[in-house]
Amino acid sequence: MTEEILLRVEGLKMHFPILAGVFRRQVGAVKAVDGVSFNIVRGETLGLVGESGCGKSTTGRAILQLYKPTAGDIYFGDENLVKLSSEQMRRRRSEIQMIFQDAYSSLNPRMPIGEIIKEPMKIFKTANRQEADERVDYLLEVVGLDKRYRDRYPHEFSGGQRQRIGIARALALNPKLIVLDEPISALDVSVQAQVINLLEDLQEKFGLTYLFIAHDLSVVRHISDRVAVMYLGRFVELTDKYSLYDKPLHPYTQGLLSAVPIPDPVVEEQRQRIILEGDVPSPANPPSGCNFRTRCPLATPLCAEQQPEWREVFPGHFVACHATDPSKIEGNPEWQKKYEKEVVA
Amino acid sequence: MDIEEGETVAIVGESGSGKSVTVLSTLRLIPQPPGRIVAGSAKFYGRDLLQMEVEEINQIRGSQIGMIFQDPLSSLNPVLTIGKQLTESMILHQKISQQDANARAAELLEMVGIPRAIERLNDYPHQFSGGMRQRVMIAMALSCSPQILIADEPTTALDVTIQAQFIELVKKLRDEFGLAIIWITHDLGIVANLAKRVVVMYGGFFVEEAEVKELYGNPRHPYTIGLLKSLPRLDAKEHHRLLSIDGMPPVLYEHPKSCPFAPRCDFAIDRCRQENPPLESIGPNHRIACWVDVTTGEAR
Repeated sequence: MTEEILLRVEGLKMHFPILAGVFRRQVGAVKAVDGVSFNIVRGETLGLVGESGCGKSTTGRAILQLYKPTAGDIYFGDENLVKLSSEQMRRRRSEIQMIFQDAYSSLNPRMPIGEIIKEPMKIFKTANRQEADERVDYLLEVVGLDKRYRDRYPHEFSGGQRQRIGIARALALNPKLIVLDEPISALDVSVQAQVINLLEDLQEKFGLTYLFIAHDLSVVRHISDRVAVMYLGRFVELTDKYSLYDKPLHPYTQGLLSAVPIPDPVVEEQRQRIILEGDVPSPANPPSGCNFRTRCPLATPLCAEQQPEWREVFPGHFVACHATDPSKIEGNPEWQKKYEKEVVA
Repeated sequence: MDIEEGETVAIVGESGSGKSVTVLSTLRLIPQPPGRIVAGSAKFYGRDLLQMEVEEINQIRGSQIGMIFQDPLSSLNPVLTIGKQLTESMILHQKISQQDANARAAELLEMVGIPRAIERLNDYPHQFSGGMRQRVMIAMALSCSPQILIADEPTTALDVTIQAQFIELVKKLRDEFGLAIIWITHDLGIVANLAKRVVVMYGGFFVEEAEVKELYGNPRHPYTIGLLKSLPRLDAKEHHRLLSIDGMPPVLYEHPKSCPFAPRCDFAIDRCRQENPPLESIGPNHRIACWVDVTTGEAR
């Protein structure tokens, strides 16, 4: 089967100006996203994981052109979304939908949920009134809600049900790509599994492609085919979910994996933890070179000088770290050891 | 439930299951009214916290029983320096001079891993990151050498690498001081890493209590079983569908006569819908509140 690339992001940068003084002069920039490139293949789920402030949500929003990117290109099919006029982009938006963490604030409290789900069909005139009504009933059923609920208001539903309403609305226009920004983080544990299973079912049923953004590595790894790890505005590693756990190469990925507790006391007892020291630096003033170097156990002066290249170390396994680059490891026994142990072997 | 000296007990449950209220009410930290303690006792070294005078419990809270909460920023006073806030309770409870208290405060900050401790006593809460603020909170909780530390979701607002730092710190302090800990959380991963014993709450009741390994290896309440199977695991070798518990957690407006989990339970029998099961022992240090034996699917 040939893989069709649905979305191709190249060198995406999203900087927000920091303004100061009476004249609101720009005194700096928060580099929320600072040069990321990746593809999403049709029908897959790409997970995007990272800690708060790493730029994962900004990446998702920039894809929908909710922000105007500072630099970079975003190809959806063969069209560069960055170059589209706002009217052209508006029409494209029916094919890319978004689901947010806080379902409550993304649903109009004064509208019955049937109308909320119908609204995109009205705006894009994809159905007449009767067809739209039928489709609302169908979508409610698909997301596991009783169609008799269509005249009720968002406040009458629980958090999990509201997330289902948001999902039904996102499906109304038959999108190709759905960007899910922390869709289950606000839900109770026992309800999270319901929504995860629903998302998997819908993907299969409608051939959907997901960009799944979350901070919970266990959840991201569960639902995704491939996972990208982000740190301070940049991708540090991208690979399939099994290699990510079995063969993580970037010291940040290794630290992140090690920090996630596993719900099994027998496993926990035997785990050797890598504890990453320190805090994440501010994206307004990121470290020079590799921006992880301030917390990296392997950092050398080279890491402060040069930003590591985003390299494909194994087919489909990308990483940005000098210690995994054969041209950089010479003369550094620690890096050579890591390279031999993790890359050569 | 009982807590022994030096023991770490976790209380797990979803939002609204009553974990925080259980602990806050034993410390009489629920405003009355509207809250009202209608029954029971909470004995600290044999003395009932629920019956004693306010002055007496004030002597215990913050000195013999320390507390840390989810949101350190809202439990710290934004207009007072960290040093002032750290020394306040030491001066109050231990009747020491400001100077001695300052020295002790710097020691405490150093102990919880805050660099340049002496200088940082003059900083305000907003000058600390989330993880560092939580360290300040634990320094404050430990300032009067408590016997019990109550931790109410202290890592929920922290990023996972910062959470790992904080949990390592707590374990180190626990071993150093022989602290007993009550750790309230919804994260079964943290429980597996930290606790010796665990209590699972659902709908305002304890539904299962066991040693950690027993609970994860041999869960006997249908809710615990469902919860453990609904979690995606980081170390999963292959993809499998999560087990989901249908329905929603109950709303606690009224005291149920039935088992609170019965409407969502695959094992429910008629009795479950009529009578709320009591917490009963089913083996050494293992108690459940369930009418059914899940291994056979029949009434116990």
